[in-house]
Amino acid sequence: MADLTIPERIPINLVVNGERRALEVVPWTTLLDALRDRLELTGTKKGCDHGQCGACTVLIDGRRVNSCLTLAVMTDGAEITTIEGLARDGALHPLQQAFIDHDAFQCGYCTPGQICSAAGLLAEGRARDADEIRELMSGNLCRCGAYPNIVAAIEQAMSRS
Amino acid sequence: MNNFQYSRASDVADAIRLLAADPGAKLIAGGTNLIDLMKENVERPSRLIDISRLPLRDIEETADGGLRVGALVPNSDLAYHPLIEQRYPLLASAILAGASAQLRNMASVGGNLMQRTRCAYFYDTATPCNKRSPGTGCSAIDGLNRNHAILGTSTSCIATNPSDMSVALAALGALVHIAGPSGQRTIALTDFHRLPEDKPHLDTNLGSGEIITAIELPPHGFARNYSYLKIRDRLSYAFALVSVAAALELEGNAIVEARLALGGVAHKPWRSLEAEAALRGQAATPDHFGRAADLLLQGATARSHNGFKIELARRAVVRALMQAASATPQSQAHKKIA
Repeated sequence: MADLTIPERIPINLVVNGERRALEVVPWTTLLDALRDRLELTGTKKGCDHGQCGACTVLIDGRRVNSCLTLAVMTDGAEITTIEGLARDGALHPLQQAFIDHDAFQCGYCTPGQICSAAGLLAEGRARDADEIRELMSGNLCRCGAYPNIVAAIEQAMSRS
Repeated sequence: MNNFQYSRASDVADAIRLLAADPGAKLIAGGTNLIDLMKENVERPSRLIDISRLPLRDIEETADGGLRVGALVPNSDLAYHPLIEQRYPLLASAILAGASAQLRNMASVGGNLMQRTRCAYFYDTATPCNKRSPGTGCSAIDGLNRNHAILGTSTSCIATNPSDMSVALAALGALVHIAGPSGQRTIALTDFHRLPEDKPHLDTNLGSGEIITAIELPPHGFARNYSYLKIRDRLSYAFALVSVAAALELEGNAIVEARLALGGVAHKPWRSLEAEAALRGQAATPDHFGRAADLLLQGATARSHNGFKIELARRAVVRALMQAASATPQSQAHKKIA
């Protein structure tokens, strides 16, 4: 017989943007909802909520993932980096600066996910030219169609890293 | 998403025990497909058993010169592993043809084998679907079936298996290592997924209490002459209409050994030993490749919207074999088709 009792909230410990955060979550809380609704880090966006658009992209232990398809309880002990954690000592991350330099957005809704995904791409070190950037950024959709400028911004950050 | 209990398995035996204790339980590793299906109310597990921390992340050489890959190795780590890049580039290419960089970082090897069809009716709980709700009927057979299967279908289901990785594994002759309540067993990847027949709710031959622990690659990786060619509606981040894993061993222009598997056309990766046998001993020419494609596609049946797949598959097979023969495999980043 399935256990139908409501589960207890489960305590988890995260390091979010360098800060230790302890919270209690029900098992079906996604990392995306925990970040936005519990930790008030609303920079990470909920787009499709099905892993198809990439707006929710964050870094877990340095790897880019879709936070909408990640259960918060499964990330216990992990280091999470969101768009709010990329700037250092008041200076924009090179990708943030490059997105401004190249006007790599219009409405801006996909931008936090684009930048976190690009940060993951730079760390992976697999993209060497514009075609490879396009391929390895295909998990991030931009409905405004700012793709040429997004690719140019990432090329700039790549050449300077 | 429905409410569910959460357990973290401490080892493989614990995961098997937890599965046995709750018939509504499901294993979760990367979660990329399962969480999505739970949000759609297609999957409603009573409990999720988190196996993501189990020590199944090694890639080890086997005694016979093959590789054993732990079930929890992320797809991206497998595709970029030096031994996979060097010895099994067909597998690396197929993995990189699938999903997005984020999803490949999350998705596990075992989970990739367990992913479910992307048939729109399977996802739509308002429609009949024998795979989701056995006995309710198939909405795709007389519905919008442009993406559906042309081979191995039944009157119950025309869904396709969406995996790219599995197509390459089928061509390479990979094995699947499984643990369960009655011990361990190993089956061929081509016997892991099943055809729908009258039980389309069963995607695989994995028993209810069993868990995938590893896949094993045989020594021969066809590292010189191979190609994974994926045809889809957009150039990246889309499921295949048709995909081909092609691998050849050549002596001069003569084919010594050939492997061929199709994705996007059936309930499982589609491989034909007859088509491969027809290539052995032949010259690597478009005519012979076309003959092999015809044998591979023998019995293909179109529904109202997917008839184009038969000719598309035939041409894709010939193209992929040409790419393999000329050692110019399809690039997954530079999209020009050589």
